[in-house]
Amino acid sequence: MPNHTFIVNGKKVSVDVEDDVRLLWVLRDVLKIHGPKYGCGIGVCRACTCHLNGKAFNPCVTPVKDILPTDEVTTIEGLAPSVGKAIHPMQQAWLDVDVAQCGYCQPGQIMAAVDVVKTAQRQKRKVTDDDLDQIRNVCRCGTYPRIRQAIRQGEAAMPVLKVTKPKKRKAKKKKPAARKPSKSGAEITGSTE
Amino acid sequence: MPDPDRSTNGGPAARRPDAADAPEGSSLPDATERRISRRRMVGYLLAAPTLVAAARFMDPEPAAAEGLPGPTIPEFFDLSDVLNVVAAPTYGLLAITIDKQGNAHFQLPRSENGQGITTTFTMIIADEMDLPMSKVKVTLMPAEPKLLFNQLTAGSSSVFTLYEPVRRAAAVARTQLQRTAARELGVPGRDLTLKDGVFTASHGGSIDFGALTEKAAVKRMIEFEPKLKKASAQKLIGTEQKRVDALDIVMGRKTFTMDLQPKDASPTMICRPPTLNAAATAIQNKAAVLKMPGVTHVLLVPHSDDVQGGVAVVARTFGQCIEAIRALKVSWTKGPIAGRTEQSIKQDLAKAELPMTPALGKVIEETFTFNFRSGSALETNCAVADVRKDRAEIWAPLKSPQWAQGKIAELLKLNVESVKVNVMDGGGSFGRRLFCDGAFEAAVISRSIGQPVKLMWHRADDARHGRHHPLTTSKVRITTGGGAVLQYDQRHTAVPTDFTQGLGDYLTAAETRLPLQNFAQFSETVFTTTANVPYNFGVVTQLLNEIDAFNTFNTSSVRNVYSPDVATATELMVDRVAKEFGRDPMEFRLAFAKDERMKGVLNAVKKAGNWGRKMVPNTAQGIAMRNEYKGRTACLVEIDCTPPTVNRKIRQAVTGPRVTKIVFAIDVGLPINPLGLKAQVMGGCMDGIAQALTYSHHLKDGNFIEASWDNSAYTRQWNVPPVVEIIVMPQTSEVAGGAGEASVGTTMAAVACAYARATGKMPTEFPINHNSPLHFTPYPASPPVPEVPSDGLERAGIKRKTTKKKRAARKKKRPAAKKPATRTSTSTTSK
Ligand code: FES
Ligand code: FES
Repeated sequence: MPNHTFIVNGKKVSVDVEDDVRLLWVLRDVLKIHGPKYGCGIGVCRACTCHLNGKAFNPCVTPVKDILPTDEVTTIEGLAPSVGKAIHPMQQAWLDVDVAQCGYCQPGQIMAAVDVVKTAQRQKRKVTDDDLDQIRNVCRCGTYPRIRQAIRQGEAAMPVLKVTKPKKRKAKKKKPAARKPSKSGAEITGSTE
Repeated sequence: MPDPDRSTNGGPAARRPDAADAPEGSSLPDATERRISRRRMVGYLLAAPTLVAAARFMDPEPAAAEGLPGPTIPEFFDLSDVLNVVAAPTYGLLAITIDKQGNAHFQLPRSENGQGITTTFTMIIADEMDLPMSKVKVTLMPAEPKLLFNQLTAGSSSVFTLYEPVRRAAAVARTQLQRTAARELGVPGRDLTLKDGVFTASHGGSIDFGALTEKAAVKRMIEFEPKLKKASAQKLIGTEQKRVDALDIVMGRKTFTMDLQPKDASPTMICRPPTLNAAATAIQNKAAVLKMPGVTHVLLVPHSDDVQGGVAVVARTFGQCIEAIRALKVSWTKGPIAGRTEQSIKQDLAKAELPMTPALGKVIEETFTFNFRSGSALETNCAVADVRKDRAEIWAPLKSPQWAQGKIAELLKLNVESVKVNVMDGGGSFGRRLFCDGAFEAAVISRSIGQPVKLMWHRADDARHGRHHPLTTSKVRITTGGGAVLQYDQRHTAVPTDFTQGLGDYLTAAETRLPLQNFAQFSETVFTTTANVPYNFGVVTQLLNEIDAFNTFNTSSVRNVYSPDVATATELMVDRVAKEFGRDPMEFRLAFAKDERMKGVLNAVKKAGNWGRKMVPNTAQGIAMRNEYKGRTACLVEIDCTPPTVNRKIRQAVTGPRVTKIVFAIDVGLPINPLGLKAQVMGGCMDGIAQALTYSHHLKDGNFIEASWDNSAYTRQWNVPPVVEIIVMPQTSEVAGGAGEASVGTTMAAVACAYARATGKMPTEFPINHNSPLHFTPYPASPPVPEVPSDGLERAGIKRKTTKKKRAARKKKRPAAKKPATRTSTSTTSK
């Protein structure tokens, strides 16, 4: 059986498995890394979204043979360590907004969100409503509005690529007032402009 | 074929009393609430090495003793009450245990699928015991036959049914700990203050729960009447609290069923038939498939009432199961739906529609059609099963675990006591987890191959063969005269909703399979206890009839059951009557709303949503309201049906009209966690938008054609309203109403009303795009699962040749954090 070597979450791994087995199953069934979820297996739902050398991709449609020995695969488990933190600013934004319901889609949502912000940063611009509209990740629980809000907050807290002195944790003060304990109150998400 | 017995079973449903006799005004809901709160609850201390406190209802109301109530109007007695009454006799087993670290442990006899009830009950216990939430450990209880009915998670009833007993048990624990602390510190109890699980005496001494628990324990069960905290002393109830499992979720650590790693459990999938509920009769190429990489077992799983079955494949990875399924050649029976089309079913429904009562006035009448909708969650049906000769253990996200336990014992010919059923956190439910489709299959396969299995449904199968919201028609007739509505008649006719999970208990479920019982015991009860018209509309009749046997199609109580369809038909017709009367839709609703709580939510959205503001052509506002699960809801939406919006182009997507704003107000009586409540409402709103505009399945040649999330057009980011505002009304009662489903129907109806106003045409079939040309090319029905693409890198825009070198170079420059640490070598072989 062919052997495949690559890096997952900063750790070199070596697996014996047929060439065409999709990486999702190598991660989940062989390496027992369970953060990436199965939701379709054909590249539609994006629940399995991970990063390959820092870019979002779907391991359910990527044969393991396509992964080179120098490739770095990052799953949700490795996201925070990849920026040398205990928690990634996007994950923190997810907590601040209390996005998750069942949670099944959320590892993929967070990995996709980080990529959306990075892509915008690479193009030297802010994430737009249109960027958010284009996100294909399915959330059957319907957390979409809070996902949009969290991406905005996560974006504000993520250091801008190639900036020498990253502004730290600017998002803290951006916590919305609606999070304060209250007997009642309105939740407003999204932009009203 | 339609079962002739079943097409006549609607007759007795006509017993529903008319709403005209009901008392008016806001006193209505309180009648039920008083009755519930009058029920006497008693606390206990249980014999154990550390402190264990419990509570239960002492003298269940007569209704409980008589079994399910007959048809009653939902204002007095709605589905929440039915579930509350059947749950009442066995609450004694709800116990809180204090460990030596001072943590309070509670096993919740419910299932968590994202609705946040573990968070809610953590709050309830923490508040009553003055403990930090981090010291309250709420887990899901495995199947427990002694609980009888009260382990079912349905009808948005969890908080409503368990709030009082759990609070009571927590109060027993707190009181006993306080007495013990007083004794230990040598001061009177009133001299103690309690904060974060620590008692402090006025002279300064202090002692915590952990140090007290053994001393507070009792040797014999003692009845104990605690004093509950006053509402004014509650610190958590009514405040916004984040989910207790949020950190695990965002770090990717939350464990779902398929993340379990039981020893030797192999990935297992099933090759399913090209037509629904057909049976596999022979495997034509078993030897060849067994030779495929990774494949270890190929076996026929016979079809039955409980097990859909097909041909099971066990392999080293799920990926290899999928390839094997695609290679299998199987002979199948035709299945019960062969030869029927959506059109022919619609004709069957029309024939089965119950007659209207004679009208005495001017009549407005319309029939609405609601197509099949999948109840799929993002986590497909799944289960882990470890079946041995004399025992079995199952792990699955289950809302009816007792039923699963009994049924699995029956399927495996084991004693119920030898079957352990563990309830896992689910990746969404939407009615799916009421049934145990994955668990039954896993149990049967594990028994056959003599080793544990990890069974997972493919997405394509989950979409096609999974349980659906049934195809339904709803005829509404409104009779008016002299500026008033004299009569409201609604005839709901549907493919049956499968209620054979009963109320979660194995015995009840067995009875629902007797001829007519699915309808007589459940469909009718659920319909009559949830359908209602929240308007003063004179004489009201709402009747249901069903065609077919309960298991012709795979259906279940999909989120909000009948209500989305009932509400949408009602609210569209209300707008028509308002127009007829020359009145504004909002003003008309405020004038005819039945009670003050309903007017409260209407006024809230009217103000926050700026009702009546000027809108450009092809855009409009819509309003709908609903009374359900002990609560009141109102939804105001704005929709954009302008050509640039409708014609947006997104690959493999339904764009169409976009809801641009939702303002939703909910009055649940007692809001325990407004943040969680808003999350539930928001989710329901997304569901309602989908059901109105984009989300349905098409039946063709005995199967549904949709096989992926790009085929089933559930709400996606491009359909999400940019503005969603949810208003939680201040407390209006002592009863915590349901939250998990309440917003689905109201939103669907409001979107439909807005669409009708924006386009000037009232839609009569839902979703509105059901008969439009398909936005996708259907995958074949055979093989049952689509080919797996292999161009992941290309799709992600990851180009190889040009960047490979650069990447290697860049890598060298990276800081030390990136250096490959240990070398993990995994080299297992497949057979
Ligand atoms: S599982 Fe990979 S995209 Fe759905
Ligand atoms: S949180 Fe359940 S699917 Fe997204």
